Amino acid sequence: MNVIEMTAAQLSAAIREGKTTAVEAAEAVLAQIEKEDKNYNCYVTVDRDGALTQARAVQAKIEAGELTGPLAGVPVAVKDNICTEGLRTTCSSKILHNFVPTYTAEAVKNLQKAGAVILGKTNMDEFAMGSTTETSAYGPTKNPRNLEHVPGGSSGGSAAAVAADECIYAIGSDTGGSIRQPASYCGVVGMKPTYGTVSRYGLIAYGSSLDQIGPLTKDVRDCAAVLEALASHDPKDSTSVSRADKDFTAALTEDVKGLRIGIPIDYLGEGLDDEVRTAVLQAAEVLEKKGALVERFDLSLVEYAIPAYYTIAAAEASSNLERFDGIKYGYRTEEYAGLHNMYKKSRSEGFGEEVKRRIMLGSFVLSSGYYDAYYLKALKVKALIKKAFDEAFAKYDLILGPVAPTTAPKLGESLADPIQMYLGDIYTIAVNLAGLPGISVPCGQDSKGLPIGLQLIGDCFQEKKLLRAAYTYEQHAKKL
Amino acid sequence: MYKEYETVIGLEVHVELATKTKIFCGCSTAFGAAPNTQTCPVCTGMPGSLPVLNKQVLEYAIAVGLATNCDITRYAKFDRKNYFYPDNPQNYQISQLYLPICRNGGVEIETAQGGKKIVGIHEIHMEEDAGKLIHDEWEDCSLVDYNRSGVPLIEIVSEPDMRNAEEVIAYLEKLRLVIQYLGASDCKLQEGSMRADVNLSVREVGAEAFGTRTEMKNLNSFKAITRAIEGETERQIDLMEAGESVVQETRRWDDTKGESYAMRSKEDAQDYRYFPDPDLTPISVSEEMLQEIRARQPEFRTEKMARYREEFDIPDYDIDIITGEKPLADLFEAAVALGAQPKKVSNWIMGETLRLMKEREVDASDLRFSPENLAKLIALTDTKQINSSVAKEVFEVMFEENVDPERYVDEKGLKTVNDEGALKKTIEEVIAANPQSVEDYRNGKEKAIGFLVGQTMKAMKGKADPGAVNQMLKELLQK
Repeated sequence: MNVIEMTAAQLSAAIREGKTTAVEAAEAVLAQIEKEDKNYNCYVTVDRDGALTQARAVQAKIEAGELTGPLAGVPVAVKDNICTEGLRTTCSSKILHNFVPTYTAEAVKNLQKAGAVILGKTNMDEFAMGSTTETSAYGPTKNPRNLEHVPGGSSGGSAAAVAADECIYAIGSDTGGSIRQPASYCGVVGMKPTYGTVSRYGLIAYGSSLDQIGPLTKDVRDCAAVLEALASHDPKDSTSVSRADKDFTAALTEDVKGLRIGIPIDYLGEGLDDEVRTAVLQAAEVLEKKGALVERFDLSLVEYAIPAYYTIAAAEASSNLERFDGIKYGYRTEEYAGLHNMYKKSRSEGFGEEVKRRIMLGSFVLSSGYYDAYYLKALKVKALIKKAFDEAFAKYDLILGPVAPTTAPKLGESLADPIQMYLGDIYTIAVNLAGLPGISVPCGQDSKGLPIGLQLIGDCFQEKKLLRAAYTYEQHAKKL
Repeated sequence: MYKEYETVIGLEVHVELATKTKIFCGCSTAFGAAPNTQTCPVCTGMPGSLPVLNKQVLEYAIAVGLATNCDITRYAKFDRKNYFYPDNPQNYQISQLYLPICRNGGVEIETAQGGKKIVGIHEIHMEEDAGKLIHDEWEDCSLVDYNRSGVPLIEIVSEPDMRNAEEVIAYLEKLRLVIQYLGASDCKLQEGSMRADVNLSVREVGAEAFGTRTEMKNLNSFKAITRAIEGETERQIDLMEAGESVVQETRRWDDTKGESYAMRSKEDAQDYRYFPDPDLTPISVSEEMLQEIRARQPEFRTEKMARYREEFDIPDYDIDIITGEKPLADLFEAAVALGAQPKKVSNWIMGETLRLMKEREVDASDLRFSPENLAKLIALTDTKQINSSVAKEVFEVMFEENVDPERYVDEKGLKTVNDEGALKKTIEEVIAANPQSVEDYRNGKEKAIGFLVGQTMKAMKGKADPGAVNQMLKELLQK
């Protein structure tokens, strides 16, 4: 088996057994990037020398028996909004075109402790704002399953890199579906953990109360292993949670007997593509045959999630992105007359259209006289959505549905109509508003050969149930 | 007939808290380091960095709130105040708007007429300080020092309860003392660890509605505050008398010129788009925490004054001065605890200490000599090992360098000479050398002896006990 096609579990075992080395693995993946990335544009920055240096150091530790885990020596791609010391981090924006962080994000440090080899930084929608990776200042990423289609977003570069074997696994961030949706479009596994599970220290914030870092992997086993490495209680992040149940790989058993699964009727309604509906319901049948109790229910409030999300995320973003002003780092306009003109020109030239649209929207909903009517109301909706999920989880262990209403759209189709693009987030964003964990697992493809994703949603801290159900389904799907 | 006017004043007081580290990161708050050496990704607003609240800041804020009779908000939050300026690295300041930590308090002050009055405290909130912009006119550029960025502040917002400069000063003195006694800040106006913005309006006596107010900034001393209040009152009355209206605006006081000028009017007021900071979790103040802070509250000035009156035989005037500065009270108590007589300690504080503080412009919080050394100095005089003029001389050195008086006296050979033979020999020489004074004395000019004592002390290089010299002189002259 070719090294680049291996999962992290397979590759780390092969390295441990001496069949290959971390250096050979890094070289193989770097060669694949060299060969293929001009077609896909998964990466903004590839750190060839850095990757090989890390690989040699990790290999020595593996040989010394210091690193024995499933990620030791395995090359990983990191989304370009996660800080890496000494390695340019752009958020796919012109405004950070030359920004080199002075520190490494906690999540990346955790991967490094597990023996990860960082290949480079993956393309994304600018500042994670978008659903197609087309808002990147460094050109769109293309879907490796079909080059005419988008890979989804905003972690499109990470999902595409996994699908194109340009890394063994990747990490991304998910604010409203930004891991799960591209995972679904590219046919890989992606997970958004419970809010607070992975430290946000070093993740360049979009919507602080919604952002979570999570894995994009080739299978559910790797997903559990990567999550296990990523999760930690970080005193540097006030919203970080201390969890005792971080042995996620222990949940990888083929057993869903008695598991109560609810399918929201609202998730099967208008706007859902027929082929996606069929594939998702077939996946539900598989779990039912394996012993799960599946029924449909009314989750309600689903249609309010989108306006609430875009109000809250844009409000937080408008403030989070204020620091990009051309003073301390990043892009500064060439010519300016005075301080305010410098701010105005640097930001007008440095940010792209979608980012500016959301900064305007966020500034508006926070402005005096509108705060109560928009921002506060959105927070109330958020609380009601959380309550609706609480009620659902009193009856069900898991919620099952599609990740997105359709498979990956064609390049250039989405940005023309942003509202339509926002509506595409309908099944994923409520999960972020409620702080819940959600996973996207491949469940077939449509007639054009584009992948379809099955979404499983759990109550807070119930990642193990999610992983168990996803693993059970995946074992079945493999046999198809 | 002239209309009678009344001035209405409310204050916004910023106090820099005396924590060792900043409010949201572990960087040092020490003053005076080289620019940008006390910074990290958090206090320089680096992408991806996150704030974590320093618990000491919360405890100080609550302690100040309790000492000023505020209600403590049991579920408080931090909010972001959004505005662009280079000294503010995130372009938002983390502050509190919606749920400040303390509300509805007040302190009692004495009015100029000798009465008492409560000045209400609307709220106290916690926030971070900004960095410092340095404009280099030579190079035509501006530089930023983020060492101060993230230094913890509390802002104490009063009700518009003050009516003149005396009340404002009394209120500020009261706050300063309470906060100093808590150890929460040294509260120095000149150094900016206490900053007061004055909100002032004028109305006709008897009117119920407030006039239009202005906010005065850049007030660096009590004197400047007094002058600014008087100046602004006059300016507003002049406007009203001339039939013009007062514009709601922020004004900057120029103390050298003794006048203020408008910085920005209400029309240019920014919309700060306040909203709860999603990076910080809400603050829950538990009953337990509140009890702990309450139990740790120190003895405040009024209690201390009462105790001094009971325990120490020193004048009320001394008590008033000594308890008026926490460091002086600390010095007094420590020296007394070391066995020095309270009255003597008080005399050293009221006399030489205050004299040198004034002469050399030293704040009580910057006194260098230790209570141990003061107690030793008093013991040296008590046992007549040095005389009082030597003691003053030693004290001056102690005041500057905190020398050990025992060692200093030994090293410099300043001990009083108790050798009667040597003293007698010197006096005989002085008598022989000054026949005119001797004759004057013998002719009944009592004052002449003073000159002879002085000459003897001079010959002894000050190391004699003047009382003993006086006595021996008299004895020898009678012969």
